Amino acid sequence: MSELISANLPYLLAGISVGGQYALIAIGYTMVYGILRLINFAHGDVFMVAGLIMVYATASLPIYVSVVLVLVFTVILGVLIEKVAYKPLRSAPRMSVMISAIGVSYLLQNCALYFTGGLPQIYPTIPFLSKVIKIGSASTKMVTVITPILTLALVFALVFLIKKTKIGMAMRAVSKDFETSELMGIKINNVISMTFVIGCFLAAVGSLLYFSNYPSVIPTSGAMPGLKAFVAAVFGGIGSVPGAVIGAFIIGICENIIKGMGLTVFSDAFTFVLLIIILLVKPTGIFGEKSTDKV
Amino acid sequence: MGKKLKTKAAPEQRASTIITIVLLAALYIFLFALDNALPTTPTTVMLIPVLQKGAIYALVCVSMNLLNGFTGLFSLGQAGFMLIGAYAYAIFCIPAGQHAAVYQYFEGGVVQFSIPEMLSGVLGENAGAFLGAIICIIIAGIVAAIFAALIGIPVLRLKSDYLAIATLGFAEILRAFFQWDGLGKITNGSNLLRKYVNFHNIKIQIGGMIYQLDTIFPFFIATLSILIIVLLVNSSYGRAFKSIRDDEIAAEAMGINLFKHKMLSFVISSFFAGVGGALLAMFQTTVQAAPFRASMTYEILLMVVIGGIGSISGSCIASFLYIACSEWWLRFLDSGSFMGMTVPFFRDGFRKVVFSVVIMIIVLFFSRGIMGDKELSLAGMIRKFKKKKEVKAAKVAAGKEGDAK
Repeated sequence: MSELISANLPYLLAGISVGGQYALIAIGYTMVYGILRLINFAHGDVFMVAGLIMVYATASLPIYVSVVLVLVFTVILGVLIEKVAYKPLRSAPRMSVMISAIGVSYLLQNCALYFTGGLPQIYPTIPFLSKVIKIGSASTKMVTVITPILTLALVFALVFLIKKTKIGMAMRAVSKDFETSELMGIKINNVISMTFVIGCFLAAVGSLLYFSNYPSVIPTSGAMPGLKAFVAAVFGGIGSVPGAVIGAFIIGICENIIKGMGLTVFSDAFTFVLLIIILLVKPTGIFGEKSTDKV
Repeated sequence: MGKKLKTKAAPEQRASTIITIVLLAALYIFLFALDNALPTTPTTVMLIPVLQKGAIYALVCVSMNLLNGFTGLFSLGQAGFMLIGAYAYAIFCIPAGQHAAVYQYFEGGVVQFSIPEMLSGVLGENAGAFLGAIICIIIAGIVAAIFAALIGIPVLRLKSDYLAIATLGFAEILRAFFQWDGLGKITNGSNLLRKYVNFHNIKIQIGGMIYQLDTIFPFFIATLSILIIVLLVNSSYGRAFKSIRDDEIAAEAMGINLFKHKMLSFVISSFFAGVGGALLAMFQTTVQAAPFRASMTYEILLMVVIGGIGSISGSCIASFLYIACSEWWLRFLDSGSFMGMTVPFFRDGFRKVVFSVVIMIIVLFFSRGIMGDKELSLAGMIRKFKKKKEVKAAKVAAGKEGDAK
């Protein structure tokens, strides 16, 4: 038994770490879906852009200033996308907004391709996160330990924000019923902007942690984590923050165990198998609320 | 593409049918000349691949439109079905003698025959390659359709965005399977499939002369397939699809079997996506699973949106425009110079940035696309033209009357 654990410990640790990073992205998806009923396909690419901002910022600035810049610029980018690409389509059919999100994703990837010239950009090492430490028999980077702790801390802060503050109450109201809450005097646009601020802030934190494990950033490196985080959000019940976090950890851990079994090609496919199973068995996810079709 | 009405054909209708046939004939004569007679110039070197790829994407876009535009099923699995089609085509078309070279890491693979080669033995080389390619393309479509039928059983119960994400997921799963070494003897793992019959091998022999069919062939297949889809859309099935799109619950109340019709639309759309995939494999001359990722589906979806969701002619126009712009007309944006001037920000990738900005503008401000949900109808144009003439004549007459007073 102990042998089994020590053999699988590196994968388990990597899984928990990646799971935490997916969780940070998944919250952005789940909150936006909860309020706008929109799969924000561009979210994974915002995550990638956060990585690129870090690369370019560290070229001329000290590393900890860059970290702050990444957080600020990613949030600005997210809010800008909402204002330009989603707000004009507020009364359009849901599918138009989704197409717009796909368009934004395409735009961000192509812009990234243009600015990087198609070359992988070497991600800077953040000394604190890249420190090598030993857990049991496995040696790993500091980021592996930091990620779950930071993720859980941020999630608790977020849950507190949603449950106890005024803006959180407004968010819950809007996600329950868009039109009624507008009639009750809630400023919808502020609430939506706030959702994007939170989502993008967490995605930026996620990108700092995620890319610390990888040597470089390429224009498509946001696509797969984005999709997986979305699956995590669906798995946990879309619209539910704790659900997204639990879903993300499950996906992260399973994926790494599959890699440990030597089936790396299927590590991505597994996520989608999980998605399809959950959609068939319990389409509302683990913590989702049941909704009925109205004529 | 004249819309056929069941009522007595109006004179405009007949005229438009004749004009359509004449235009199509002219197009095919031009393509034939392009393949055989016209000299090779820098223009034709660009034109031929653009036309080939344009025809392929037109077919794929129309097949996606059948699902997304006419049945209201927002599916994002198109790249997956194209992948199946491309592989099915390539696997059955690799000459037997080349298997050892292509499947060098998998002991020559398990499929040890080639359909075009078998037919060549009976019909002669050119006719064999031609017929064999067509048979393989049909097989490609059928394999894609079978997969669609299997995937459809669980997936089509889902609604709107859940359906989108589930089909996207299935496409990714398929891609993983095709890259898996365990199936390497069939799919060659993550290595290339190559040396199969491509557009350049399609020739026809008439009276001792051999003619190339490089560009005509994809056009022929695409025209035929799109024609079938048009007929389907205008049939009673097509009307059932549209009613499902407009209001599912009302359609069900009217006695339309939702699942059956959704499945039909999904399977037919996937069949043609498979055919499109096979043509794409022929165009590229090599196939690999890696490029058939979600971004390919997004690109097709964006073409459909540019053309107008629910318009077949729109999809065709948009795909030719899109391919021509991205492969040819906007190339200068990447080259670093424009009409002799050096522009510093014109470098690799700028074309795509401009492109995606244009797409965003279309999505945001012209969300109906080029055609909306209308069709390009010659009959309509003739009618408009006639009306204009009549109005003009009336005006002239009125003017004369005024002068007389």
